[in-house]
Amino acid sequence: MNDFVRAFHFVGDYWSHHLLGSNHSLADLTVQHLVLSLKAMVIAVVIGVPLGMLLGHIHRFSFIAINVSNLGRALPSLGIIAILLPYTGISETTVIIALVVLAAPPILTNTYVAIEQVEVGTVDAARGLGMRPWEVLVKVELPLALPLIFAGIRTSTVFVVATATLSGFFGGGGLGDVIANPASFGTYGVIGASYVLIVLAILSQIVFLTIEYAVTPRALRRPLRWAIRRAPRARNVEADPTRTHPGSGAGADDHPDDPNRQLQLEQGSKIE
Amino acid sequence: MTLGIVRASVLYADKGPKIPDFGKTSDCVKNNGSFCWAWFRHNWSSQFEPRLWEHIELTVVSVGVGFVIAFVLALLAYRARWLAGPVTFVTSVLYTIPSLAAFLILVPITGLGRMTLYIPLTSYTLLILFTNTLAGLTGVPDEIKDAARGNGLTPMQSLWQVELPLAIPTIMAGVRVAVVTIVSLATIAAAVEPVGLGERIFDALNKGNFHTQFIAAGVLCVLLALVADGLLVLLQRVVTPWTRARRTR
Repeated sequence: MNDFVRAFHFVGDYWSHHLLGSNHSLADLTVQHLVLSLKAMVIAVVIGVPLGMLLGHIHRFSFIAINVSNLGRALPSLGIIAILLPYTGISETTVIIALVVLAAPPILTNTYVAIEQVEVGTVDAARGLGMRPWEVLVKVELPLALPLIFAGIRTSTVFVVATATLSGFFGGGGLGDVIANPASFGTYGVIGASYVLIVLAILSQIVFLTIEYAVTPRALRRPLRWAIRRAPRARNVEADPTRTHPGSGAGADDHPDDPNRQLQLEQGSKIE
Repeated sequence: MTLGIVRASVLYADKGPKIPDFGKTSDCVKNNGSFCWAWFRHNWSSQFEPRLWEHIELTVVSVGVGFVIAFVLALLAYRARWLAGPVTFVTSVLYTIPSLAAFLILVPITGLGRMTLYIPLTSYTLLILFTNTLAGLTGVPDEIKDAARGNGLTPMQSLWQVELPLAIPTIMAGVRVAVVTIVSLATIAAAVEPVGLGERIFDALNKGNFHTQFIAAGVLCVLLALVADGLLVLLQRVVTPWTRARRTR
């Protein structure tokens, strides 16, 4: 247990001083970690968001768009790195590719679902106002979809910041250099670097929650929640039971003022 | 960083044969070719198959134990809703701990043994399994519960015969995510203890980046995750035939 206390001293001692046998301080490694994560996230967003927007806008290929997320989640990062190593070597590139494979699918799926679920009536109204298809996408669908898109980016960021630790084994730098190396830094060093990593993960959550809140149209805002939001797939599946029993889904909407219903909705939203 | 690998190699020093054996192996292995089929076939049963089974064991035990814990917690939270917040908070905190750190932190406490791997792996399944089980249960429409009560079912009967079956799709979605997550994290466990397919990956790293071993172990990891996910989808279809009926309607 002493290690957990010593770890705080480790962070204090080496935050701005060079670590033993290295010309980096913990702060340097933290910045490296962030830069590595950021590179992967930028690539993942550049791939995932436009593709998801396109597929969602044309309302096609839903099977691919939704299942790519499951597929991406199923790919073990270390396995991907191992497969890539013979081709890209022990380098930052290898780690970044593995992180993009991890991060892009949830972003693509969330973007797809976000654009796809914009109400037909809203889109028709926009068309009726004389908007062109791309105007509908950019001016109507995108603003309505932004909160969910950022929720996807937030989910991915948490995965990426945590998984970037693997770069400690594969020459990518970052906090993994300490966490993957208990022989040099001791258990307390590993724990200390983990403290920093946990703070990073929580801070990135807070940053994205704030962005999500800021981009949510005022009428749709709900109180801030810090817990991880359920994946859109889970929500779709959850909707299944209501659809299997004809009429029950409509019945729920018949009594929006039913106090029990309201209570249930509120309690249901807490666990998201 | 290099020291970490040295340490790992000390750990693995006398495990298994030294590969590549430059004395008597094929040109492919000598030249570290991109993928040596003959070597892989020859070493599959001695080096990869046991590791694959270890990996499956780690995954099944972790998700199994995690499911039992999360299921009980979700049932409790379903009855006493105030529990949902604290349980979600605690499991989220557990989920936030970096996996590599979690394994290493436990080594001084639980020693080098399977328990050191099972504790973090199990705790990582809790958040997703708890959240999805509870979401599945709370997602059952009130009308259906009313109908169950109207048909004379006790709350217990309603839970087990009506609400839980309807929650299965959401619960299974959680199990799928948990399984693939644990398959992924179990590879990282090999950094602490030579176990599972991850051991093959770190071992290849120690043996001068033996390409065939990297690719074989990596592909096996990926296949294991995909096959496990596929089997769970099949299982879900079998246990919830009504969802399929909706699709074909």
